[in-house]
Amino acid sequence: MMSFIVNLLAVALMGFIVWWFWLSRAKVQQVKGSEAIEIIVKDGVYSPANIEIGQGEHVTLNFLRRDPSPCAEKVVFSELGITLDLPLGERQTLVLEPLTPGEYRFSCQMQMYRGSLIVS
Amino acid sequence: MISNNIQLSIGSMSCAGCVASVERTLQSVPGVKSAVVNFAEHTAQVSGNVAPQALIDAVVAAGYEAAELHGTEDEAAEKEAAELTYYRALKKKTLVAGVVGAPLALMSLFGAMPMLEGSGRIFWAIVAVVSLFVLVYSGGRFFTGAWKAFKGHNANMDTLIALGTGTAWLFSTLILIWPGMVPEEARHLYFEAAVIIIALINLGAALEMRARGKTSEAIKRLIGLQVKTARVVRDGKEIDIPIEQVGLNETLRVRPGEKIAVDGVIIDGHSNVDESMISGEPLPVEKRTGDEVVGGTLNKSGSFLFTATRIGKDTALARIIEMVRQAQNSKPSIGRMADKISAVFVPIVLLVAVVTFMVWFNFGPEPKSAYVLLTTMTVLIIACPCALGLATPISIMVGVGKAAEYGVLIRNGEALQRAGQITTVVLDKTGTVTKGRPAVTHLIPVGKWNEAKLLAVAASIETGSEHPLAEAIVTAADQRDLTLSSAEGFEAIAGHGVQAKIDGRAVLFGNRKLMDDHSIELGGLPAEAARLAANGETPMFLAVDGAAAGIVAVADPIKVDSKAAIARLHKLGIKVVMLTGDNAVTAAAVAKRVGIDEVIAEVQPADKSAKVAALQANGEVVGMVGDGINDAPALARADVGFAIGSGTDVAIESADVTLMRGSLHGVADAIGISKATVRNIKQNLFGAFIYNSLGIPIAAGILFPLFGVLLNPIVAGGAMAMSSLTVVTNANRLRWFKPEGSK
Repeated sequence: MMSFIVNLLAVALMGFIVWWFWLSRAKVQQVKGSEAIEIIVKDGVYSPANIEIGQGEHVTLNFLRRDPSPCAEKVVFSELGITLDLPLGERQTLVLEPLTPGEYRFSCQMQMYRGSLIVS
Repeated sequence: MISNNIQLSIGSMSCAGCVASVERTLQSVPGVKSAVVNFAEHTAQVSGNVAPQALIDAVVAAGYEAAELHGTEDEAAEKEAAELTYYRALKKKTLVAGVVGAPLALMSLFGAMPMLEGSGRIFWAIVAVVSLFVLVYSGGRFFTGAWKAFKGHNANMDTLIALGTGTAWLFSTLILIWPGMVPEEARHLYFEAAVIIIALINLGAALEMRARGKTSEAIKRLIGLQVKTARVVRDGKEIDIPIEQVGLNETLRVRPGEKIAVDGVIIDGHSNVDESMISGEPLPVEKRTGDEVVGGTLNKSGSFLFTATRIGKDTALARIIEMVRQAQNSKPSIGRMADKISAVFVPIVLLVAVVTFMVWFNFGPEPKSAYVLLTTMTVLIIACPCALGLATPISIMVGVGKAAEYGVLIRNGEALQRAGQITTVVLDKTGTVTKGRPAVTHLIPVGKWNEAKLLAVAASIETGSEHPLAEAIVTAADQRDLTLSSAEGFEAIAGHGVQAKIDGRAVLFGNRKLMDDHSIELGGLPAEAARLAANGETPMFLAVDGAAAGIVAVADPIKVDSKAAIARLHKLGIKVVMLTGDNAVTAAAVAKRVGIDEVIAEVQPADKSAKVAALQANGEVVGMVGDGINDAPALARADVGFAIGSGTDVAIESADVTLMRGSLHGVADAIGISKATVRNIKQNLFGAFIYNSLGIPIAAGILFPLFGVLLNPIVAGGAMAMSSLTVVTNANRLRWFKPEGSK
């Protein structure tokens, strides 16, 4: 019985991992076009990490790096071919032209810090 | 880029009234909160949420000049200081964890740990508390990071480290409190493993940070070229001021042995300037009034005054730094697969850890709980997605920097990757293989004529000519300080030459046809002319009062190192083709002298792109080398476009690669560096893939059924910490790479 429960819990844990990291969506912060959004880079994450904007809007992203780890020193928008250096404690701003609808991911160079810009 | 506080240098402000106009202009830019113009210093201080370029554009549109005042060196120094602080913090954390973990690990190794009973439990309770302190102090960031990432439906390195070490500590503490929950033989505690793993990971991060610093040495060297102070002439006095305060159009004084502060034009004096640090050109360049000078280069001999024409981020050096920085940040396609894998890596490792748990739980030997914990923890600890993610960008960083050291500016990682695949290099002739500046190459006088007399008459008649070759003849006469006479009745005979009266004598200067038309007896000169033409030179006959005086031959001289550079390309197995608008005879002669394999002559500039496309259609990967202006379409069409610059000209921003030295050696250097960088990336990727794909199964215990071997979690922690460091160290090997045959 004990063995069955442990196995069941393990399978449930695997299901949870798949659901949590792949199938469910993290909290998304919605932004109006004219607003600039500040993204704090700290403790291994971008906050907010997921941002939603409307189609046809300019996006102003202010990255403020508080994390001294060298892993945080660059933010890469692979789909847009943009890499931004993030000096520690200095606000770096990225103004993006209106984008076509879709999800544009951004991450550190090693894909550990991750976020996404959703154009709806 | 948008900043909160921007300082601009404002040029062309002639009166105090301009101040209000510029301030109004700046304040009208969206995002500007305040703008204050200082007329005495010709500067403007702007605050608000606005891009400097928007301000500059507005000021220029209003009829003034503007440039951002900025010190790149400060940025680099700040970055270095921040890195040093973090490095020290990591060292401290490593030390604390090491001091606690090392004695425990040694005791465990020699079986000196007390049993979990009686006073032994008190010992273990103290160890549990101390190790918890270490986990919080030295490893707290992993737990915070893991939790925050988890909340955002993300998993990263912190997740793996926190789960691995956290499970070890928690499981050990539970056994300490309730020993009866597991059989006696399974009562092994892992406090020392958790602490040592934290120490090793911090140590790895500190060493990696040091190694990473070295990868950006090339750009640091470029930044280091920037001058901190400049000597400006204000109100007739020479004063030293910080470089950030130098304004547009200010007059600066440079003395022998000093570095030139910003870009400008010499207005008084002359000197020799060492530009090798920027262009790679080893010989000092002579500079006179009217010549351009470049910030960061070294004034060797004379003292001179110059006007600042480009400051701050607009200087050639600042633009080179920016270009190198951007290229270092770009990623070639070779790294995309690794990116895709590392993006899903951690959740997959979590699944593997659960599977490991289930397999050992269901099929493992007793004591199961000990095996389950050991293997699951080791799987979590050994996995290292960072090495995968770091493999490509870190090598690109060093490769692009290395290329810059050779005067080769590579636009992006993709161009760097592609350059190593080139099978055919197509060269433009004029300005690429040759110097692009025709010069007198031979003077062949006949009879009583000598070289000086021949050249003086030829130059006298050509003074009034607009023919491209005329300038070469007049310049040659100038260099020999010959006295020229004025030409009377000058007449250009299209396609033949020119005629005029000089000092009362009838002079004809042109080709064989001109001489034949005037029945000039040429004797042995036509044979000489044919020999010169076959050598790629243009021979012109001079006749005075109906008699031949000799031949003046003009040619666009081949660059001294073109032949050697082309030989290097051949050694790399690359076919070299010349594509030129010149006539076939001259082109063939030049090609023969430098060892070019194939010549496509008499091609109009507009058709060059089609010729490149034709080569590509034959399966060739084409690198096109040209001047970047006339050849722009062909450069864009080629797989890799090389713009050959003149010293410090970085205006050529359309090409994939800019050769600042103006030498073809840069092509071979770029290809050599590309091949070495791609090789380095492949080593890194291979190492990272192999490490993870062997390490994880071994950690899960795949060798146990065959050999009874299990990986110690401490060894796994050490391996993980070293895997990223290995990638960075391997990339650093590129710093010592020297392209074969490079100058």
